[in-house]
Amino acid sequence: MNSAWEVVIGLEIHTQLATTSKIFSGASTAYGAEPNTQACLVDLGYPGVLPVLNAEVVRMACKFGLAINAKVASRCVFARKNYFYPDLPKGYQISQYELPIVYDGELMIKDDRGENKRIGITRAHLEEDAGKSIHEGLNQSSGIDLNRAGTPLLEIVSEPDLRSAREAVAYMRKIHSIVRYLEISDGNMQEGSFRCDANVSVRPQGQEKLGTRSELKNLNSFRFVEKAINFEIERQINVLEDGGEVAQETRLYDSDRDETRSMRSKEEANDYRYFPDPDLLPVVLDDAFIAEVRKTLPELPDAKQSRFVEQYGLKPADAGILTVSRALADYFEATVAAFKDNPKIAANWITGELSAALNRDGIDITDSKIAPVDLAALLGRIQDGTISGKIAKEVFEAMWTGGGGADEIIGARGLRQITDSSAIEKIVDAVIAANPDQVEQYRAGKDKVLGFFVGQVMKETGGKANPGQVNEVLKGRLRKG
Amino acid sequence: MAGQRQALHTQTLAELAKGLSDGEFSSRELIEILLSRIEKHGTSLNAFISVTADQALAVADASDKARSKGDAGTLAGLPIVYKDIFCTKGVLTTCGSRILENFVSPYDATVVKRLSSAGAVMLGKTNMDEFAMGSSNETSYFGPVRNPWDTERSPGGSSGGSAAAVAARLTPAGTGTDTGGSIRQPAALTNTVGLKPTYGRVSRYGMVAFASSLDQAGVITRTAEDAAMLLSVMAGFDEHDSTSVNHPVSDYVTGLTAPLKGLKIGVVRQHFDSGLDEQCAARVKDALHMLEQQGASLIEVDLPNLDLSVPTYYVVAPAECSSNLSRFDGVRFGYRADDAKDLLDLYCRSRGDGFGAEVKRRIMTGTYVLSAGYYDAYYLKAQKVRQLISQDFRNAFEKVDVIAGPTTPTPAFPLGEKTDDPITMYLNDIYTIGANLAGLPGISVPCGFVDDLPVGLQLVGPHFAEETILACAHQYQQLTEWHKHCPEAYK
Repeated sequence: MNSAWEVVIGLEIHTQLATTSKIFSGASTAYGAEPNTQACLVDLGYPGVLPVLNAEVVRMACKFGLAINAKVASRCVFARKNYFYPDLPKGYQISQYELPIVYDGELMIKDDRGENKRIGITRAHLEEDAGKSIHEGLNQSSGIDLNRAGTPLLEIVSEPDLRSAREAVAYMRKIHSIVRYLEISDGNMQEGSFRCDANVSVRPQGQEKLGTRSELKNLNSFRFVEKAINFEIERQINVLEDGGEVAQETRLYDSDRDETRSMRSKEEANDYRYFPDPDLLPVVLDDAFIAEVRKTLPELPDAKQSRFVEQYGLKPADAGILTVSRALADYFEATVAAFKDNPKIAANWITGELSAALNRDGIDITDSKIAPVDLAALLGRIQDGTISGKIAKEVFEAMWTGGGGADEIIGARGLRQITDSSAIEKIVDAVIAANPDQVEQYRAGKDKVLGFFVGQVMKETGGKANPGQVNEVLKGRLRKG
Repeated sequence: MAGQRQALHTQTLAELAKGLSDGEFSSRELIEILLSRIEKHGTSLNAFISVTADQALAVADASDKARSKGDAGTLAGLPIVYKDIFCTKGVLTTCGSRILENFVSPYDATVVKRLSSAGAVMLGKTNMDEFAMGSSNETSYFGPVRNPWDTERSPGGSSGGSAAAVAARLTPAGTGTDTGGSIRQPAALTNTVGLKPTYGRVSRYGMVAFASSLDQAGVITRTAEDAAMLLSVMAGFDEHDSTSVNHPVSDYVTGLTAPLKGLKIGVVRQHFDSGLDEQCAARVKDALHMLEQQGASLIEVDLPNLDLSVPTYYVVAPAECSSNLSRFDGVRFGYRADDAKDLLDLYCRSRGDGFGAEVKRRIMTGTYVLSAGYYDAYYLKAQKVRQLISQDFRNAFEKVDVIAGPTTPTPAFPLGEKTDDPITMYLNDIYTIGANLAGLPGISVPCGFVDDLPVGLQLVGPHFAEETILACAHQYQQLTEWHKHCPEAYK
C-alpha cells in the first residue's frame, strides 16, 4: 500500500434478525419459500393496512446494544424513508433516522500491527428489508418476490475508524461473531442475512480533513469486503495521484471482475424525505426492561477468550480461534469437561484435526460427527498411553468416517500401544543387532542416528510402541556397548 | 299499537332497532325499502359509488332467521353505508379515485368487521372526495355528490356521500372519516349529526390512509343517540392499529342521559371574530343560549393559535399523504397505465392518469415540505405549531367541559363556486381542523337553518370525552326539532 496516503473506512452492516415473523407483520421470515408465499397484505402494502411492531426485534436490538457497550435509547422513533422502487411496496421503507434504538457503542479489534484498537459504533437502528426483483426466466419482463419484504434488519453503522481493508474485515468478523453469540442473527452470508456497505476514502497522511468517499454496496462475504475495499483504495489513490478528484458516488462491487463500478452519483441520489412514521408510536424502553435484557446476555467472545486463557492455560491465539463461535467454544468446554487432564491437547485437536475435518466436509461444528464426549475419550487414551498421538489420528479418522468409540476402534484394530518394556527391549535388541554400522556411528557421537533406530523400532511395531519408552531403552542399550 | 306506523326510512337506528326487536317488521322489509329509495334517489344525488343490494338482502335474511332463533347482535338487521374509503372484502373500494377504480379489497376494515359482527347490513359504499381530500365532494373521480337540501349545492366533504344519503333518508346511518372536518362539515351542511371520535378511539386498520396522524373514523346519523349506538360497537383497541388506544369503551347510549345542568361550555372568542356568516352566527348563539337556559354555563375561552390551524394542517396532512399515496404505483393493484416504456414511464403515467388535480396538488405540497432544506422550515415548524394548538385546547379544557361553536363559516355553497380557489376551499375547515390537530373528539349537530339551508353546532371535548359531547348533543336534540327536518323531495 502506498504510504503517502491514509485510508479511512466506515462500515454499515445489515444483519437480519432471527425472528420467526416479520418486523411489522405476522408473515413468516423462513428463507427459500416459493415467491410471494410469505408476504401478507401488510408486506404487500395494500391500501389501509398498518404496521405493528414485533416486540422481539426490540429485545434483540437492545441485546446487541448492551453487548457493544452502547447506549440503548429510552425513546426511539421509526421514520419513513421515501423512494419509489418496485420491490418496495409502500413506496417507503420503515427505518429509524434521528432517534435510533442503539447509539454510541464500541468494540475492540486487532489492528494491522496486532495491537488492540477501539472501533466506535455510531448507531444501530431497526428497519425492514425490501423484496427483490427477479429478471431471469421471465421472458423480457421482471418479477418481484416480496417474501423478504418486511424482514427485520439491524443496521450497524461504525465510525470511520477503520484504516485498512484488513481492519474492516476484522471488525466485520467481530460483529458477525457477536450477533451469533447473542443468537439474534444466523449470520448466514449466502442467504444475505449478513451483508455490508463500505464507505471508503483516502487522504494524504497527516491531513485532518476527510477525503471524498465512495460507498460500496452490498458486499456479502468477508473476502469480497477485503477485495472491494482494496480495489477501491487503489482506484482512489490513482485518481488523486493523476491530479483528479474522487467523485462522491455509490459504487457496486463486481466479484467476477474484481472491480468496483459507478452506480449513481451524488446528484442522482434520492432525497429520502425522512419523517417520523405516524403509524407507529415512539418505542419507550425503561430501565427495568433493559436490565431484564441484560440478564439474558451470554458471555461474549472477548470475555470468553480471556477466561479460556486463564482457566485452561491456552495461548491467547488458540483461545481466540476457539471463541470465534459460541458453538465451537461450547464444544471445547464440553470436551474439556469430560477430559480434564490437558485442555491444551483438547484445544489443539479441536483447532487442528476436528476443524480440518469440518472444513473438508463443509459442515458446522453443531453437526460434528464426533461428539465432545467421544473426542474426550480419544484424548484420554493418548493421555493414559494406550495409543500414541500418531495412532490417535488414525482412530480419529475412523471415528469420523465410520462412527464408533475410540476404545472400540483401538480394540478392533489392535492399535493398543506396546508399553510392555520387556517386549520393547526385545525389539530394540533385534534392531541394534541388525544395524551394527549405525551403532558404531552413534557411539562415535552422531546423536542424530538415534532417530534412525526409533524409526526402525516403530516400523517393527507398526507404530504402536510407546515412543518415550523406545527412546529410553534405545539410549540405555546403545550406551552399554 | 293502533294508528299508522312511522315510515321506516324516516326512523332512526334506535327506533328501527326497537321495531325489529318487537317484530313490527323484518330486516328484509326495511332493507328493501331503503334499497328502493337508493335506486330512486341515489343516482341524482350521486351519493353512492357501489350499491350492494344482493349482499344486503342476503345478510338481512340471515339476520331475520337468526333473530327468530333468539340470536341477534346489537345492530342485527340494521342498515349502514360505508364511505368508500373503508375496505370491504369482495367489494369495490375506490376511495373516490380512478387509481382504485378497479380495486376489490381482499379484507374488511376493522370498523366494517365490528359493525358486521354486530349484525349491521351494508347497503353500499358512498361517494367521497378523492382520497378524502376535499371539502365539497367535487374532487371525486365519480363526480360530485349533490346536497339534498339544494341539489345545485355541495353537501360538503369529504364524507359527502354518507351525509347526503343520511339526509335524504336513504339510510339512517353511514360511516365517515374525518381528517380535517370531513365528517362534521358535511353533517353541518346536510342537517345531520356527524361524530369524529378521539384520535385512537376507533381503529384505522382498513381505512385507506390520507393523513395518518389526523385520520379518524366516525359516523353520520340523524341523532346523537344513533351515533352513540354505533360508536359503542366501533370503538376500542385494535391489535392491528398501533395508534388505537387501549382505553375502556363506555356504553355511550347509557351516558346520553347526563344532564346539561352544571355543564361548563366554552365559547371561543375567535370563532365569532370574522369570516363567520352573520346568520350562521345567530343560529349558533341561539343554540348556546338554549343550552344555558338548561343550566349549562357559558364561559369564554381563548384559542390564540386558531388562525394557524389551517396553514399547519396544510403542511402536516399533505406531508403524510405524499408518503401514504406512494403505494399507488401501478405495480400491485389499482390502475396501471398501458404499454409502459419503462419503469419510470409506468410510475409517471399510472399516477399521472390515476390521481386527480387536488390529490396531485397535495402530493406535491407534501413532497416539497419534506424535502431536504425545507423540512425544518415547514414540516418541523408545523409540528411545533401543532403542539401549541394542542396546548391551547388543554388550557381551555382546564376551565370547561366542552367547547361549542359553529361547525362551518357558511351554509352549503354552490357546486363549482370554490373549485378554482383552493385557499378559500381550505378555509371552510377553519373551525373543525383544530380538533384533528389536537386529536380531540367533536360532533356537529343540527341547530337551525339560514335561507332553508342547515347550520351545524359543533361540540368539541377533551380526549376520550365522547360521552360528554354525545350527551350534550343528545340533550340539545331532545329540546329541538331541527334534526327532524327533511328536505322536501325526500320525505
